[in-house]
Amino acid sequence: MGRNRKTLLRKFHQARWDEQIIFEMSVPGERGILVPQAEEAVTAEVGDGISAIPESLRRKKPAALPEVGQMRVLRHFMRLSQETMGADVTIDIGEGTCTMKYSPKVQEHLAARHPGITELHPMQDPRTLQGILEMYYQVEQFLKEVSGMDFFSLQPSSGSQGVYANASIVRAYHEARGDRNRTEVITTIFSHPVDAAAPGTAGYKVITLMPGENGYPDLGALKAALSERTAGIFITNPEDTGIYNSNIDEYVKAAHAVGALCSYDQANANGLLGIARARETGFDLCHFNIHKTFSAPHGSFGPGMGAIGVTAELEKFLPAPRVKFNGKRYYLDYDYPDSIGRVRLFLGNAPLALKAYAWIMQHGADGLREAAEVSVLNNNYLEKKVREIPGVVVKYAEGKRRLEQVRYSWEKLMEDTGVGTDAVEKRMADYGVQHYFQSHHPHVVPEPFTLEPCESYSKDDIDEFAAILRQISKEAYENPELVNNAPYNLPIHNIWMPAIVEEEKIATTWRMYKKLKGIE
Amino acid sequence: MKDRKIVYPYIPNSVGEIKEQMLKEVGAQEVMELYAEIPEHLRFKGRMKMPEPILDECSIRRHVDGLLRKNANCCDHLNFLGAGCAQHYVPAVCDEINGRGEFLTAYSSIFWADHGKWQAWFEYVSLMAELLDMDYLSLPTYDGAQAAATSLRMARGINGRTEVLLPASMHPQIQAVVRNYLKGVPDPALKIGLIDYDRTSGLLDLEDLRAKISDRTAAVLIENPSYFGIIEAQAEEIGRIARERGAEFIVYADPISLGVLAPPAHYGATIACGDLHPLGIHMQCGGGQSGFIATGFDMDHAMQFKDIVVGIQETVEDGEYGFGVVFPHKLSYFTREEGNEFTGTNTGLWAITAAVYLSLMGPKGMEEIGRTIMQRSQYAAKKLGEIDGVRVLFSASFFKEFVVNFDETGRKVEKINRKLLKAGVFGGLDLSKDFPALGQSALYCVTEIMTKDDIDHLVEAVKKAVK
Amino acid sequence: MVKKVGLIVNPIAGMGGRVGLKGTDGSDILEQARRLGAQPEAPARAVEALRALVQSNIDVEILTYSDEMGEHECRRAGLRCTVAGRIRSGKTTADDTKQAAAAMAAAQVDLILFAGGDGTARNILDAIGQEALVLGIPAGVKIHSAVFAVTPRLCGQVAGMFLSGKVKAIREAEVMDIDEEAFRNGAVSARLYGYLLVPDERRFVQGMKAGGIRSENAALQGIAAEVIAGMTADDFYIIGPGTTTRAVMERLGLKNTLLGIDVIRNRQLVLSDVNEQQLLEITEGNPAKIVVTIIGGQGHVFGRGNQQLSPEVIRRVGKDNIIIIAPKEKVISLGGRPLLVDTGDEALNQDLSGYVRIVSGYKDYLMYKIG
Repeated sequence: MGRNRKTLLRKFHQARWDEQIIFEMSVPGERGILVPQAEEAVTAEVGDGISAIPESLRRKKPAALPEVGQMRVLRHFMRLSQETMGADVTIDIGEGTCTMKYSPKVQEHLAARHPGITELHPMQDPRTLQGILEMYYQVEQFLKEVSGMDFFSLQPSSGSQGVYANASIVRAYHEARGDRNRTEVITTIFSHPVDAAAPGTAGYKVITLMPGENGYPDLGALKAALSERTAGIFITNPEDTGIYNSNIDEYVKAAHAVGALCSYDQANANGLLGIARARETGFDLCHFNIHKTFSAPHGSFGPGMGAIGVTAELEKFLPAPRVKFNGKRYYLDYDYPDSIGRVRLFLGNAPLALKAYAWIMQHGADGLREAAEVSVLNNNYLEKKVREIPGVVVKYAEGKRRLEQVRYSWEKLMEDTGVGTDAVEKRMADYGVQHYFQSHHPHVVPEPFTLEPCESYSKDDIDEFAAILRQISKEAYENPELVNNAPYNLPIHNIWMPAIVEEEKIATTWRMYKKLKGIE
Repeated sequence: MKDRKIVYPYIPNSVGEIKEQMLKEVGAQEVMELYAEIPEHLRFKGRMKMPEPILDECSIRRHVDGLLRKNANCCDHLNFLGAGCAQHYVPAVCDEINGRGEFLTAYSSIFWADHGKWQAWFEYVSLMAELLDMDYLSLPTYDGAQAAATSLRMARGINGRTEVLLPASMHPQIQAVVRNYLKGVPDPALKIGLIDYDRTSGLLDLEDLRAKISDRTAAVLIENPSYFGIIEAQAEEIGRIARERGAEFIVYADPISLGVLAPPAHYGATIACGDLHPLGIHMQCGGGQSGFIATGFDMDHAMQFKDIVVGIQETVEDGEYGFGVVFPHKLSYFTREEGNEFTGTNTGLWAITAAVYLSLMGPKGMEEIGRTIMQRSQYAAKKLGEIDGVRVLFSASFFKEFVVNFDETGRKVEKINRKLLKAGVFGGLDLSKDFPALGQSALYCVTEIMTKDDIDHLVEAVKKAVK
Repeated sequence: MVKKVGLIVNPIAGMGGRVGLKGTDGSDILEQARRLGAQPEAPARAVEALRALVQSNIDVEILTYSDEMGEHECRRAGLRCTVAGRIRSGKTTADDTKQAAAAMAAAQVDLILFAGGDGTARNILDAIGQEALVLGIPAGVKIHSAVFAVTPRLCGQVAGMFLSGKVKAIREAEVMDIDEEAFRNGAVSARLYGYLLVPDERRFVQGMKAGGIRSENAALQGIAAEVIAGMTADDFYIIGPGTTTRAVMERLGLKNTLLGIDVIRNRQLVLSDVNEQQLLEITEGNPAKIVVTIIGGQGHVFGRGNQQLSPEVIRRVGKDNIIIIAPKEKVISLGGRPLLVDTGDEALNQDLSGYVRIVSGYKDYLMYKIG
């Protein structure tokens, strides 16, 4: 029984194991693994080792960890993995803004199984790290080409930390000029929340611009917000709506005119590779998410890597150490007295540098551009299909082409049927695709959902995904309760309120839960 | 452009005919029409300068493998480097689970189709809660340095005070991250004071602490074991001093020590933090770091977390476990700049890996590994200390790491390490740049994986190197 | 657990709308509407809301008044009800609404659903204030108040979610009304009459990277902290009406007039509930600042409920000394429509137009247009 040829829909049921919490599996005495014991000769020399620990610092009672044999531990976590819908097993077009592209297995196998990366210590003599340093160096060169920026650092641990590092650089730049009056940054409501939160963490007041008719703020709004107090603007383009701001260079010029720096959040860069760059638009800083645009997997929410790029003027502020090449050898340069210091231990997430390197090397300049073009073609194709679905509306920028993603709205479906985006989102997974991502907060677009069919998905994948949306819209018009009570085919059923804000109901650990429920 | 149109295996719709069909569907002649919103003058003219691609999988594998072979790795060498990234044994089941495509390629999706991920996360915090004997944790953050920085900012959030005290012996890189993050604390700024340590024992100088602590102190942070590996015997007293002044007591702990060392909560820590890297995660040249933060459950502390906190709850079906997010409005995902710091893609995969590790180890495993590390590291220190001109610098007990001083040999650590490298050994970390006061000293790390033979080999190599 | 629900249908609400009468306050207008062929709107809408409530499968006991004031609607929705009071069919008045509301509040119902418009909401406010929770089924011509669900069906759904405990939050929602007589003659003067308690229907959006529940109180605290942090010595601060501005006063520990205007200086209360004349005296030669919020859902900054801030007062204070405060949600609820100023002085309205900063949290601003 294959997928239904006509409707493109599948009968799907995710694994459901009713799996216990690992603590409930504990059998006193069982062992999951044995650990090396000191040789007798060692014991003879130093005793039991424990006696060296000062009395007040000895653990008196063993930690109440579960005791479970190895096969049962393995089975338990295998089952939990089956109750998880990674991009490897589903058409993950729904997680818009996340760029859920295919992470080639060849890279994964190298990164996860090759001792030349897994068994490296970051503080080894750099002469013993030539291979990985070369990859760092090369990825920086590649990203310079992709962005037009002059220098890069791969130290940040995520896109968000990349934005934070850039906010730190903006702060350092103004401080270096003795300019202490710049206390504000400007962002837009459709930029990722971190474009507000990371500069906020760096100590800035945040001014947020609201969208105009095109989905991005009018230039007038920016000009009204800019002043001699503006330290920088932190924005995405295209924003989460998929709309590219055609006058972005004017915005940058306006910011420069008051002495502010412009930081470009390029989490949404997938449709731009080889086509449009930070340099031509005049930005001073940018960042890429290696785990989005450059193929590293998302790893159940990390580890990630945020690569930050800056103009020559800002190089001295980049985090140290920097990877350098003297024509013969790669080395680490710590000599950056003006550096913002560090945002992370060691060199950053080295395996992600490897993955980005391998992926870019497999594509080259033309392949990167092909990835961008196809991601935009895929999105336009999906958009046409989704716009035809009853109940869907698309806000802003009527008649304009969008790039790699679109923020849609079920506003009309909600009005017509009382079925909103929460319900549709849960129902989606009943047909074997990951829940879609609605929107960052706050929901400016009502009843939102955001789709991004990057280059990894085939025409047939997109057709199937659109067919599922269409099917659920039909269900909502015919039998709204069916949708409102979803899901049915997943490991668990509905939860009324997955936000837990009542103090007396909170159990964030098994031990708290036991207390709450009086379980022994 | 080449004449031959390449079909990329990772881009299914790079097939010409399919593209044509799709273009027709969207009413465009060619793809570039879809870029109508990017004006001509903002487009990149030309072709990016990059090496020609290595298109086939066989060749890319060989190419990357070749680069990786240029690295000298810790399988082929005996590694005594630690300093926040130690070489522990990684159980096969840990790799099996974090290599599962479902976990590896999931992301931030919600509670139903990703139920297993949420349960694994919940088990991670539950297992850590037992190890730390503390009730409340979030998902892990980027690394231990971030965890320390955030813990200090949390303390500021709790009591609004203006200074923090850190040990002068603090991990220099962690301190660098902390300095960066504390810079962002707005008026009044959060000042950093350093507490000295006793040059003989390596323990914190309590007199200096008493002199520097005041009603302005938001938090006292110690590393236990310290950067030098020292077990801080006065921890309880330090905690008392901090809490009497109304300051938070933050302890940066090594989770793999907690089978034998008392968890920070037992000697008065109000916040425990650290790095998960020892718990079943490969070193990966520093890519295996992951920061944890734990506190007791009270609103003062709970309201300060910046990362996702998972809560267990009921579903509409009796007896089913479901999960949700606790206090979502404290996260920047939900309230932008009004959340605590900022939340982003963290280290979810390492949370799951640490959960597998702790499940395998159980109480006995953690106890035994702690003991083996104590024994083997002490043995190594003892044997190294017996070499002429080589001495173990501090007198206090240590866990896993210890400082070896070579002043009396007249040799520089840098030189010694070069010689050791030739003998297939990565010697201890050279401390002479970061801690010039310690002279020619190196920080040695000995974990459970080092056999007596390995240590004896090291000792022989050092003997030769200092001659 | 059986839940008790009160139901009040104002059967004539909404009749004036389709015949262009802008409301049905007053019996002669009602007659005029009937002559023009107006049909009752509220009963059908109430039935729609009740049906949505039925779908939530909660055990409810309905308390209502006779005939078209609730009894008929219950029957059409297939719900049994207890009739707590009788009306003269075809002759309902505002007093019926008030009595019904008072009776239901006295019976300690869990929620009162009422179908009507701003006038109905005002009647209920007069009768019970904040003694009971209410939720409006939108059926009137004028819906300026924030006590109504977006649609009748949603009203039923939200009621269901609240009664089943899925929605727990409660908020104070504005009761606004326009003087219909003036409205019909082309002039608008709306007033803020007070606040009713409603279930907070802003549903939690599930998903980690999606929107979440936001503690309104936290947002207000942030706004208040920001305003207070920026306060300059010796300047008069003229604090406008509303719950957002109230947060500033509460944070300073000062008594406030919810529906009126208070004046503070150096963080101390100077005058309470002032009129235009007092404001003119204060601003005579003294530097002053105005702190106002926006009316949710419609976006008025001046000219709705704060007419004491006359054109002359605003001119004296000066455009740069106007501090507009509002949580982000309130601004977003405008759906992109600009803020409105209706000072009664067209030239001043023009002067006030353009982009302004809205204080939306601690160290946190939005840029938004006054149209």
